[in-house]
Parts: sequence; C-alpha cells; structure tokens
Amino acid sequence: MDVRFAVNVAPKEGILDPQGRAVEGSLGHLGIEGVSAVRVGRRIELTVSADDGGAARAIVDRLASELLSNPLIESYQVEELDAASSLVGGAA
Amino acid sequence: MTTRVGVVIFPGSNRDIDAFNGLRVAGAEPVELWHEQVSLDGVDAVLIPGGFAYGDYLRAGVIARFSPVMRSVAAFADDGGLVLGICNGFQVLTEAHLLPGALLRNRGLRFVGRQVAITPERLDTPFTRRIDERRPLRMPVAHGEGCYFADEASLDALERDGQVLFRYAGGSNPNGSLRDIAGVLNARGNVAGLMPHPETAVEAVLGSDDGLGIIRSFVESAAERATSGEPVVVGAR
Repeated sequence: MDVRFAVNVAPKEGILDPQGRAVEGSLGHLGIEGVSAVRVGRRIELTVSADDGGAARAIVDRLASELLSNPLIESYQVEELDAASSLVGGAA
Repeated sequence: MTTRVGVVIFPGSNRDIDAFNGLRVAGAEPVELWHEQVSLDGVDAVLIPGGFAYGDYLRAGVIARFSPVMRSVAAFADDGGLVLGICNGFQVLTEAHLLPGALLRNRGLRFVGRQVAITPERLDTPFTRRIDERRPLRMPVAHGEGCYFADEASLDALERDGQVLFRYAGGSNPNGSLRDIAGVLNARGNVAGLMPHPETAVEAVLGSDDGLGIIRSFVESAAERATSGEPVVVGAR
C-alpha cells in the first residue's frame, strides 16, 4: 500500500533560530503587533510504499530521524496525510 | 615515500584545489577521492574540503554523509585513520557523527568571508603538533553556517576532555559559536574539524601562512601512521 506522510521539522526549544528571529524582526515593517516566538522549520511530504501502515510508518520514522532532521538541534513530527491535508496534492 | 592524502570531492565542493595546494606545500601528494567511489585508494589520511556538498540541501553536510565515499571514510576513522574536515568538511563530519556538535546558521544571519584569528587549545594532537606556540593564527573564514552548537553538558565534557581544538581569538568570533569554538577533536583524537581555512593560509603570498602548521601536523602524523601502522591516538587530556 502507498501512504503519504508529512514530516514537520523545527528547531528544538532553546536552539537559536536566526531565521525565526529575522522573520520576527520584519513584523514591525508590516505594521503587525502581538506576534512572538516565531520558529522557522521545514515540511517534507513523501509517499511510502510498504506492506502495511505500520511498516510505512517505520520507514518514515527512520528517514525523519536519520536524514530529514538532526536530533541534536531539531525535533520532528510525522503526519499521515489524505488528499485534504496534503499541501502539494498527491496523497495516496 | 610521499605521504598520500585523499581529498574527498562532492558535487559542490569548491575548496578542493586549495586543499590540494595546501597539502603540496606541506609536502604531501593529494589524491582525488570522488564521492561515488568506495575505495579510498590506500591513502594515508583523508581531508574533507570546503564547499557546498550536494548544494547543502536540507542541512549543510547531511546528504554528503550518506555518500559511498563517506561510509568508507567512517570505517577509516573507526580504524584510527586521520580525518580532517575544513569548513563544509567540518559540517559533513558532524552530520556523520564523527565529530560532536552541530553547525547552525551564523548568528548574524550573514555569510561571513574574512580573516579571523584562532588559537590552538592543544599542541599535542596529530593536527597541531607542528605549531610552535599557542598564539593566534590568522586565516580566512567563508561560511554561512558556522555557529558551533552543543548543549551545555556536552560543551563542559568537550572542555574537560580536551576536545576543543581551536577557539576564535581576540573577539574575532564571526558566527556566534558557543564558547568561541572554531574547531573540535573526536574523543579518540584522530578526527578533527574546523570552520576556518588553514589550507588557504599556507604561503605569505596568500595573506598568511599561519595555517601551514596545521596542515603540516596533519601530513606528518599521517606519514608516521603509514610507517608504523599504528593508529594515531592521543586520547583524552
């Protein structure tokens, strides 16, 4: 079966996030107030072909911890997607 | 016999020629190691040069970690072989878990390319033994992601175990690295990495030859290991 996942990666709490800080710094130029704690991460969507959902999940977990994130500085969350929750379409 | 030092070339490496030159000035014969090759061609040591391996996509150094040549480099290091990573090469070695810590986006967000000074913390390692004294060494940096990070407990352990190899000197920390760390050593003492470029500071005509002591130390240690067959291990201080 094919399962589509999203892996959301973000800098861990306490890790300096210069990108987040830069975004936050620009908010004043937009005339926006009351926004804080901006953290910039990334989202990776992918389709895994495996025997069942559990096997697919195991593959995506391994990929997320070994390649897509660096556990020293980043956390990740895995979401299983359907057509409605995929940002790019292509849900299995 | 001339000491042969492998220079790993990834798509996006751009300091490989500087590495070749630095090694030649230090009396070694550089050997190209293409990222897709598994064999290390019998080299006596490995240098991972600067650049943007695989475009630095995802995170600097991470895609390179899984290349065929890096699996061989990891086995070489496990066997006690000497490995030096410079700039992007340092990032590759941290991503490969051959060195502790991680390199984050520069605190000031900008790419920095300028001369800095770094002080060796130890002169008894395979990478610093030919440096005469603990004084600031001038050499360039050129990177966007050089902010050295590890958690406080890990930093304390690195300091305690003598694994901090270089620090930015005299307020020249260009990237916000914690505790001014510019380069580190693994626990066993045979793998080192640093963000600044000693290989481009090997001749006065290049603006400084302060980096030559590092490259010479590396080459000499490699030659010694080639002769004795013993792993070069300095261990914890």
